[in-house]
Amino acid sequence: MDRPAYQTEQDVRTRDTVAVGSFLEVDPDGTVNVYSGKVELGTGIATAFAQIVADELGVPFDRIRMVMGDTALTPDQGTTAGSKTVQIAGRLLRRAAAEARRELLDRAADWLEVAPEDLTVMDGVVRPVDGSAAAIPIGDLAGEPFSRKIPDNDEVRGAHHVGLVGQSVPRVDLFAKVTGGEAYVHDIQLDGMLHGRVIRPYVRTMAGAGRIAHVDDRQAKVMPGVVAIVRNGDFLGVVAEREEESIRAAESVQVTWEEGDRLPSREGLHELMRAQPENDTEPLHKGDVDAAMGSAARTMTATYRFPMQAHASMGPSCAVADVRGGSATIYTSTQGVYGLRQALAPLLGLDEDRTRLIFREGAGCYGHNGADDVTADAALLSQAVGRPVRVQWMRRDEFAWEPKGPAMLVDMGAGLDDGGAVTAWDHTVWTPTHTTRPGGQPGNLLAGQQVDPPMLPAVLRNIGGDRNAPTTYTFPSERVTMHWLNDAPLRPSAFRSLGGLHNTTANEMFLDEVATATGVDPVEMRLRYLGDPRAREVVNAAAQRARWGSPLPAIEGLKSGRGFAYARYEAEYTYVAMVAEVAVDPDRGGARVTRVVVAHDCGLIVNPDGVRNQIEGNVIQGISRSLKEEVTWDNHEVTSLTWETYPILTFPEVPEIEIVLIDRPDAPSYGAGEPAICPVTAAIGNAIFATTGVRLRDVPFTPERLLAAMSSGD
Amino acid sequence: MAPPAPPLRININEQIHEVAASPDTPLLHVLRNDLNLNAAKYGCGLGRCGTCTVHLDGEAVHACEVPVGDVGHREITTLEGLGRVGELHPLQRAFLDEQAAQCGYCIPGIIMTAAALLERNPRPSDVELRAALEGKLCRCGSHTRILRAVHRVIDSDQA
Repeated sequence: MDRPAYQTEQDVRTRDTVAVGSFLEVDPDGTVNVYSGKVELGTGIATAFAQIVADELGVPFDRIRMVMGDTALTPDQGTTAGSKTVQIAGRLLRRAAAEARRELLDRAADWLEVAPEDLTVMDGVVRPVDGSAAAIPIGDLAGEPFSRKIPDNDEVRGAHHVGLVGQSVPRVDLFAKVTGGEAYVHDIQLDGMLHGRVIRPYVRTMAGAGRIAHVDDRQAKVMPGVVAIVRNGDFLGVVAEREEESIRAAESVQVTWEEGDRLPSREGLHELMRAQPENDTEPLHKGDVDAAMGSAARTMTATYRFPMQAHASMGPSCAVADVRGGSATIYTSTQGVYGLRQALAPLLGLDEDRTRLIFREGAGCYGHNGADDVTADAALLSQAVGRPVRVQWMRRDEFAWEPKGPAMLVDMGAGLDDGGAVTAWDHTVWTPTHTTRPGGQPGNLLAGQQVDPPMLPAVLRNIGGDRNAPTTYTFPSERVTMHWLNDAPLRPSAFRSLGGLHNTTANEMFLDEVATATGVDPVEMRLRYLGDPRAREVVNAAAQRARWGSPLPAIEGLKSGRGFAYARYEAEYTYVAMVAEVAVDPDRGGARVTRVVVAHDCGLIVNPDGVRNQIEGNVIQGISRSLKEEVTWDNHEVTSLTWETYPILTFPEVPEIEIVLIDRPDAPSYGAGEPAICPVTAAIGNAIFATTGVRLRDVPFTPERLLAAMSSGD
Repeated sequence: MAPPAPPLRININEQIHEVAASPDTPLLHVLRNDLNLNAAKYGCGLGRCGTCTVHLDGEAVHACEVPVGDVGHREITTLEGLGRVGELHPLQRAFLDEQAAQCGYCIPGIIMTAAALLERNPRPSDVELRAALEGKLCRCGSHTRILRAVHRVIDSDQA
C-alpha cells in the first residue's frame, strides 16, 4: 500500500463535486484513477463503481484504480449510507465518465484532425469508427486533467457501452481478504506506532458522559512498555509500546466514576417511551383518517415493540492516527471522512486543512458503529504523546460504546368497511432520532463529550425513525404520526435501514392481522392494495417461487408454515417481497427459519452477484435481529458485552435462501444494501402466526416469548 | 525491572521466528504486530467468534487465547502459510469463485477452521460442516456462500 506522508497534502487536486476531474484522472500508462467520496463498506461498491466507469469510458476493468474517502484526494460526497451509493453516486460517476469520454474523443479528434463523431474508445484506445489504422491509447491523451463539468442529464448508454454493467464481475477487494493481505484499517502499521486503549464506563446516555471521581494509575504507570497515561478532563487512555501492554495497562487502571443518572428499567422502556417528552410531526396524512375511522364498520389496533440492537461488527472499531506538529494524518473506517474531519479538527485544535482523514476498510459496520468515536480516541492519544497511535476497541468496548439501533414503539390502527376493505391506516411511532453522526459536531464524539472543556452535544436532528412508516398501498386514508423522543437510555444512531425494518414490520404484520380478520389470503391482501406493476410483479414472483399455498414438507416433531411481507424502500425505491418458512418446536417454542424466498427489483442491476450477496446478508442479519438480538442493561450499564450475551445467528441456523432478481435495464439503479432487511421480521412473524396461530408483537421472537404466547392461547 | 527475557523461537508457516514478546502475550498480537501476518484478526479476545483462528500442529485454535510462550516447538500455520499468492489453497480459490465474503473480516478464521476440518474429515456432511463452523461468527450474512465454497472443495475431492 502506498503510504501518504505524515504531513498533510491538501489541495493537491480539485475536489469539488461538479468537475469531471474531481472524480476521474487518466495516467500516462492508461490507468484510470477514480476518486470517490463514497467508501467501500464491504458491500462491493468499489467493484460496482469500477464497472460503471470502465463501461462508460471504454477502458478495461483492470485499468481502473479506486481511491476512496481521502480528504486530500476525493470529493466530499457526504456519508456512505442509506442504500444510496450506487443509486446516487454511481449515477453521478456514470455521467462524469461519459463526459470524460467525450473530452478524450475531442482531444483525439483535434490530434487526428477528424470529427469526434468518427471516433470511439474501446479497451482504453481511441480509434476511428471506420477501422482506419490510427489509434491513440487514452494515456497519450491524458496530459491535462479533465476540464469539464459533469452534465446534469443522464445519457442513455450507447455504442461505447462494453457490457460490464449487468455482469457479475468478481469483487476487487476479495483477493486481499482471503489471502491475509493488508485490507483493513486494523492492519496499518506506521513507523514508530504505539498502541492505545481507552477507559470509560459502559454506559452512555445522550445527556453526557460519566465523570471521573478518582483515578489510580500507579500500577499502570510502572508496567512494561507503558508510554503514557493520558487524561484530558474525563477522557482517559493509556499508550504503550505493544498492543498487549496497552491492554494490560488499561485493565490495571482503577477508576471510580461519579454515579450518573440511573438507566430506566429495560422491562418498562416502551411504556416510558410512551410517556416521554416528544416532538410530534405528521410526515403523511392522506385523506381523513379520523373521519374514516369514525365511519368504519370495524376498527382494529395492535402495538409492536422493538428492542435496542447492536451493529455488532465482527472487528471492534479501530483507527490509526498521527497527530503532531500542528497537523494530522488519520486512518479511519468512518462512513464520512469530511463530516468526521469537521468534528475532529476542533477537538484537536487543528485547522481542517491540516487534518487529513484517509479511509481504510473496517469490519462491516451496517451503519454508525464505533468507527468515528475510535478515530477521535486514537487522534487524542496520538496528539498527547506526539507519535502515531493505533487504537482498537476491545469487544466489550464496542458492545458498550457503539451507538445503538434505537428501541421503537409502533401503534397501528385500521378502519374497515362492511366488506372488510381497509378505509383507514394509522401508523404512530415513538422513537428517538436514528442519527447522531459526528457531522461537524465534536460533541457527537464520545471523546468530545469527555475532554476539558467538554464539547457541546449537537442539537438533535430527528431522522430515520419514520422510514417506511408510509406504505405504498392504495388505502383511501393513511396517516403517519411521529413522536420523536428527546432522549434514549443509550446513544442511538443509524443501523441498517434505520426505522425501515421496524415500520415495515408493524405495517406488514398488521396487514396480516387484517387479512386474517377479514378472511383474505395474505398475498391476495397485498395485491388488492398495490397498483404499481413493479410492486405487483415482486409480490407475484416471490409467491410463485415459494409455491405459496402449497403444503410444506413435514419435519418430524415440528410444525411449519409460511409468512409473506412486502416493502418498497422508503416508499420510493427498491421493491422487495419475501416469503419466510419457519419450523416451530411446539414443546420448546423455538422458531427456526428454514427457507426464505426473496423477489427484488432495484432497477438496473450493476452487478447481479453483488446484489444477491447484499440480499443474502440482509436476510441473514434480519433473521438474527428478528429472533435473537436485544441489547441489555441494568441500572448502571450495558450488560450485553459478549457474544454469549448478544448472540447472533450461527451457521447451523442459517436457512436456504432463494432470490428472484428482476432487472430493469431501462430504469435507474436503486440501492440494495438495506431494502431487503425491511420485510424480514414481518415475514417471520407472519409465518409464526401461520404455524402456531400466535401473534408475536414484541421483537425479538425468542423461544421464551413464543412458548409463553402459545401456552396462554393468545 | 527484570532483565528482558530471551527471545522466544516459534515455528510459523515453516519458518522459525525469534520474537521479543513476553511469554504471556497472546499469539494473535505476535502474529499481527511482530510478524506482519494480518490474516488472523482480533474479534473478541475470548475465543468466542473465530476471527483469529490459526492451526497449531494442524488443529484449529484461537490465537487470541494461546500465550506465545506455550507454543514451544509446535507448528503454527496461518492463512498466509496455508496458501500463497500464485498457489492458493483450494479453499481460498473456492471462496473467490463463490465470492464468499462481504466485509471479509471473519473469512480467514473460517477458512482455517474449514481447512482443519477437511484435513480430519475430507467428506463432512452439511450438518457436520455447519457444526464445525458454529462458533465462527459472520455478521454480514455470507454464510450460504461460505458453505457453498467449502462444499465446492469437498465435492471436487481436493480436500
